[in-house]
Amino acid sequence: MSIIVNGKETQLPEGAAINDLILSLGLTAQRLAVELNGRIVRRADWDSTRISEGDRVEIVHFVGGGEE
Amino acid sequence: MTDPETRITHRVSQYSNMTDSLIIAGREFRSRLILGSGKYASFELMAKALEASGTEMVTVAVRRVNLTDRSQESLLDHIDSKKYHILPNTAGCYSADEAIRTAMLAREVLDNNWIKLEVIGDERTLFPDNQGLLEATGKLVKEGFVVLPYFNDDLIVARRLIDAGAAAVMPLAAPIGSGLGIQNFTNLRILREQVREVPLIVDAGVGTASDATVAMEAGVDGVLMNTGIAGSDDPVSMAEAMNFAVRAGRLAYLAGRIPRKLYASASSPVTGMIE
Repeated sequence: MSIIVNGKETQLPEGAAINDLILSLGLTAQRLAVELNGRIVRRADWDSTRISEGDRVEIVHFVGGGEE
Repeated sequence: MTDPETRITHRVSQYSNMTDSLIIAGREFRSRLILGSGKYASFELMAKALEASGTEMVTVAVRRVNLTDRSQESLLDHIDSKKYHILPNTAGCYSADEAIRTAMLAREVLDNNWIKLEVIGDERTLFPDNQGLLEATGKLVKEGFVVLPYFNDDLIVARRLIDAGAAAVMPLAAPIGSGLGIQNFTNLRILREQVREVPLIVDAGVGTASDATVAMEAGVDGVLMNTGIAGSDDPVSMAEAMNFAVRAGRLAYLAGRIPRKLYASASSPVTGMIE
């Protein structure tokens, strides 16, 4: 299925959960926050939260920055 | 201009046993300097600058993970969260909703409910949108956040932010990244005299060590800076300079400066001169 991750079209097997996406992106070691269709998915729910065709996922982390 | 009571209760130096901590939302910081983590040439350089500055709080931005360049190192691998309190920010947000969304995401990353709140109103000046800021402050406080808003150095806005539950108020001294120093010293002094409920922290505009000292001499509780250090030719040395500058300004404020006078007054005895 096709989903949008951080604004970019991404292919993912049907029925994949947030956890599977994080794994496939090689981001397991990072401290992240995830939004699915504008709603935060807590880390504890990454396993059980399934992604559907056309869903929009945002994956964010901390970067250097002070103010702007 | 310190009132005598403040002088006595806050008096501190290396010769005194009392500590002079900055306390925000019940959390104690020995350093009154808060650093940004942006614009450094490398994470290693940033880490050295943080160390040299003596800071205990570092602000970080929230951004999308870069999915095409996996080689990117993680910022948090270079900031020891046991040593530094991480202060996520909403830099780059232009509306209350955007800032709230960013704050919510930031809270998830480290399970940390502190937020340096920025709601920017103009791209060229990066001046805050005070209306959006007030709205976001109120909503985030209700969501359980410890909110430290960046705002114009305006007393009325400061009061409204405090009423909305801000844990500290952080006026700009000059536009972000401008390095112009304290542009409205009178405003800062008025803010210092009037804002007593929460810490007052100068956020933005510091260009060099003396700017930080001037701010601290006005009696503000702390200074937040990024470009002044990261943008200098030698960020580690500048970080050390800022460390001294903030402490020097603080001590001078607590010590209470002498009044300015137009004419000389001798410090040597005027009697006992040889004839």
